[in-house]
Amino acid sequence: MNAATTPAIDVRGLNKSFGDKHVVSDLSLQVQPGEIFGFLGPNGSGKTTSIRMLCGLLTPDSGSGTCLGYDILRESAAIKRNVGYMTQRFSFWEDLSIRENLDFVARVYQMPQREAAVRRALEGLGLADRAEQLAGELSGGWKQRLALAACMLHEPRLLLLDEPTAGVDPTARRDFWEELHRLCALGMSVLVSTHYMDEAERCHKLAFIANGRLLVQGSASEVVRSQCLATWSIQGERLAELADRLQGQPGVDQTVVFGSSLHVTGHDAAALEQAVTGAARAAGLHAAPVDTGIEDVFIYLMNKSGTAEERLAS
Amino acid sequence: MKGHDFFSIRRWWSVVRKEFLQLRRDRITFAMIVVIPIMQLALFGFAINSDPKHLLTGVLIEDHSEFTRTFVAGMKASSYFDIVTELPNEETARAALARGALQFVLTVPPDFSRRLLRGERPALLLEADATDPAATGNAIAAALQLPQSVAAKDLTGPLARLAGGRPPFEVRLHSLYNPEGITQYFIVPGIMGVILSMTLVLMTGLAITRERARGTMENLLAMPVSPLEVMSGKMVPYIFIGLIQVSIILLAAALMFHVPFEGSLLTFYCAALFFIAGNLAVGISLSSLAQNQLQAMQLTMFYFLPNILLSGFMFPFQGMPRWARWIGEALPLTHFNRLVRGIMLKGNGWPDLWTDVWPIGLFIVLIMFVALRFYRRTLD
Ligand SMILES: Nc1ncnc2c1ncn2[C@@H]1O[C@H](COP(=O)(O)OP(=O)(O)OP(=O)(O)O)[C@@H](O)[C@H]1O
Ligand SMILES: [Mg+2]
Repeated sequence: MNAATTPAIDVRGLNKSFGDKHVVSDLSLQVQPGEIFGFLGPNGSGKTTSIRMLCGLLTPDSGSGTCLGYDILRESAAIKRNVGYMTQRFSFWEDLSIRENLDFVARVYQMPQREAAVRRALEGLGLADRAEQLAGELSGGWKQRLALAACMLHEPRLLLLDEPTAGVDPTARRDFWEELHRLCALGMSVLVSTHYMDEAERCHKLAFIANGRLLVQGSASEVVRSQCLATWSIQGERLAELADRLQGQPGVDQTVVFGSSLHVTGHDAAALEQAVTGAARAAGLHAAPVDTGIEDVFIYLMNKSGTAEERLAS
Repeated sequence: MKGHDFFSIRRWWSVVRKEFLQLRRDRITFAMIVVIPIMQLALFGFAINSDPKHLLTGVLIEDHSEFTRTFVAGMKASSYFDIVTELPNEETARAALARGALQFVLTVPPDFSRRLLRGERPALLLEADATDPAATGNAIAAALQLPQSVAAKDLTGPLARLAGGRPPFEVRLHSLYNPEGITQYFIVPGIMGVILSMTLVLMTGLAITRERARGTMENLLAMPVSPLEVMSGKMVPYIFIGLIQVSIILLAAALMFHVPFEGSLLTFYCAALFFIAGNLAVGISLSSLAQNQLQAMQLTMFYFLPNILLSGFMFPFQGMPRWARWIGEALPLTHFNRLVRGIMLKGNGWPDLWTDVWPIGLFIVLIMFVALRFYRRTLD
C-alpha cells in the first residue's frame, strides 16, 4: 500500500438511519492525500453523522469504503490509531488540566517522545504558563483550540474536523488554517466541516450536503460553475427594500444583502439582467454583473434543498 | 482483531492514570468513600452495641408462690426487665408478643411450686421476641442466671436440702421469630460486605455512563483504547478505594465494637480483594448496560436488593427456601460474608476458605464477559 497514492478517504454508498429518519443517503466521497476537503451543509444535514461513520463511531447501515486504506467496517482500530477526530462538541475532560488532557492523548496513542510532544503542543497553543489550569475553566474559544491541538498531537495522517473553528477568534482561525496548509504540504489529509465561507474558499475541494444527500462536490470554482448562476451586485442604501421588490421577479432566484451591496442571483442570465437593471434604475442605484461567489452558490443550494422548517419536518 | 488492539499495557495505564486524576478531584466521591462506612457502621452498630435494658415484660402466673415472687423481683432487679402487665392467659401473651407490645413473657406453670418441693426440677418458661437478637441477648443471659441466685436466697430452713448443687428449677428459653440468634459479631462482619457492595457497585456503575453524560465518550471511542482497557482501567482506582474502606471498617469493628479477629490479616485482605474485584466487575457491566446515569442507579439498586436479602446478611441463610439459597449462592456477598466470618471469628485459613473463594472468581470472569459483550464500541 502506497500512502502517497491511496486515497485518504474513499467511501461509497454510505447510508445511515436513526429510527425511520434517513439521515445520510448514498454518500460517496474521495479525499486525496494532502488535500483539504471542506464539508458544507445546513444544520442537521448529516455532516457530523457522516464524519462519525468515517472514523468508526457509527456503523453505516449499508455502503463500504476505506480510510487511509483501512476498511471502515472491519479495521476501525487501525483507523483510530492514524486519524485525528475533533468532535463538534467539546469532549475532552473538564476535570483534567490542559496538560493532563494532552498527556492522556499522547499516552493513549503511545507516542515515543510524549513529553516533548505535549510541551510543543502547549507552546503552540500559547498555553504553556496555564498548563495546570483545568480544561473546564477555559473559555469556549480556548476549549476549541485545546481540542484542536489535542487531536493533532499524535501527528495523524488524516484529520476529521467537525466545525473546528466555531467560536474561535479571527487571528487564531488564520493561524489554524495556515497550520493546516503547512501540514497538508507534508502529506496529511483533512476533512473539515464548516459554516464559514472564507474557510470554504481555503479548501482544495468542497462538498455540499443537504438532507443527507451530497449535492455537489469539486473545487470551489467547479462548484460555482456547476450551478450555472449569474450574479449582479447593486451598491447603495436601503437595499433591503429593493431586495423585497426584486423577490419573485422573473429571473431572480435569490437576493442576499452583504453590508453595502446586494447580490442578486439567478439561472436565467438574460431575465436576471432585465429585472436587476430595471429595478436599479428605478431606485437610482448602480448595478453591475459580478462573479458568482461560493457564498451565493451555497445560499442558493440551501434554499433549493428546502427551508429550515421543511428540513426539520423531513 | 490483533492482540495488540485488544489489550496494551501502556494504553491501559494511561486510562488508569486518567481515572486516578479525575477521582482525586472528585470531592463528593471521596467523601462518600470515608463517610458511608462510618455512617453505616454507626447506624447498625447503635443497635448492636447498645445493651438495652427495661425491656417490656409480661407475666403469666398460674401458680402464685414465694418462689415466683422472688424470681420476678430478681428479674426486675436485673434492670433488664420491666414487668408491665400480668397476663390472663396464653393467647393474650402470644398476641402481645406478636404485636411487639411485649418483648418477654414469663410463664409460671400451674404446679410449679408443688413440683419444686418434690425436687422434680420444674421449669419457668421465658418466651422472647428475638427478632432483634442483639437487643434481647443480654437480657436473656441475665434471666438464665437468675435461678441460681433466687435459690440461694429463698431456699432456707427446711428447704435448704433443695439448695446446694444444681438449682432446683430452671428457666426454659423459647425464642420466637429468630431462632438462629444472630449475635453482634455476626452482623459487623456482614456490614463490611454490604458497604463494599453498595459504594463500589454504585461508583463504578456510574463510571462509563458518566463519560456518556459529559460527552467525553465520543472522544474516548475515537481513540485507540480497547473496551477491556477502558473497563479494567476504570476499575483500578476503586480497588484502592475498596481496600481503604475495608481498613476503615476493620478498625471500627475492633475499636468501636470489639469484634475479635482470629485469622490472618493477609488472608483477610486477599479475600477482600477478590470480593472488591467482583463488585467492580458488576458495576462496570451495569455501566455498560445502562443507557444513562439514572438507569445505572436503578440497575445498581436492582442488584443490591437480592444481595441484602439473600446473602445471609439480613435473614439466616439456612432458614431460606431452597430457591432463595440457590440465588444466594450465586452472589459474591454470600460467599464474602462466610469468608469474613470464617476469618474473623473462626480464624479459618485458605483450605477452609477455598470453597467460598472460587465462586467469587468464577463470578468475576462471567461478569466481565457480560461487560465486554455489552460495551458499546460505537455511538449507535
Ligand atoms: N443519535 C441520533 N439519534 C437520532 N437522530 C440523530 C442522532 N444523531 C443525529 N441525528 C439526526 O440526524 C440528522 C443529522 O444530524 P447531524 O448531527 O449529522 O447534522 P449536522 O450536519 O452535523 O448538523 P450541524 O451543522 O447542526 O452540526 C439530524 O436531523 C439529527 O437530528
Ligand atoms: Mg454537526
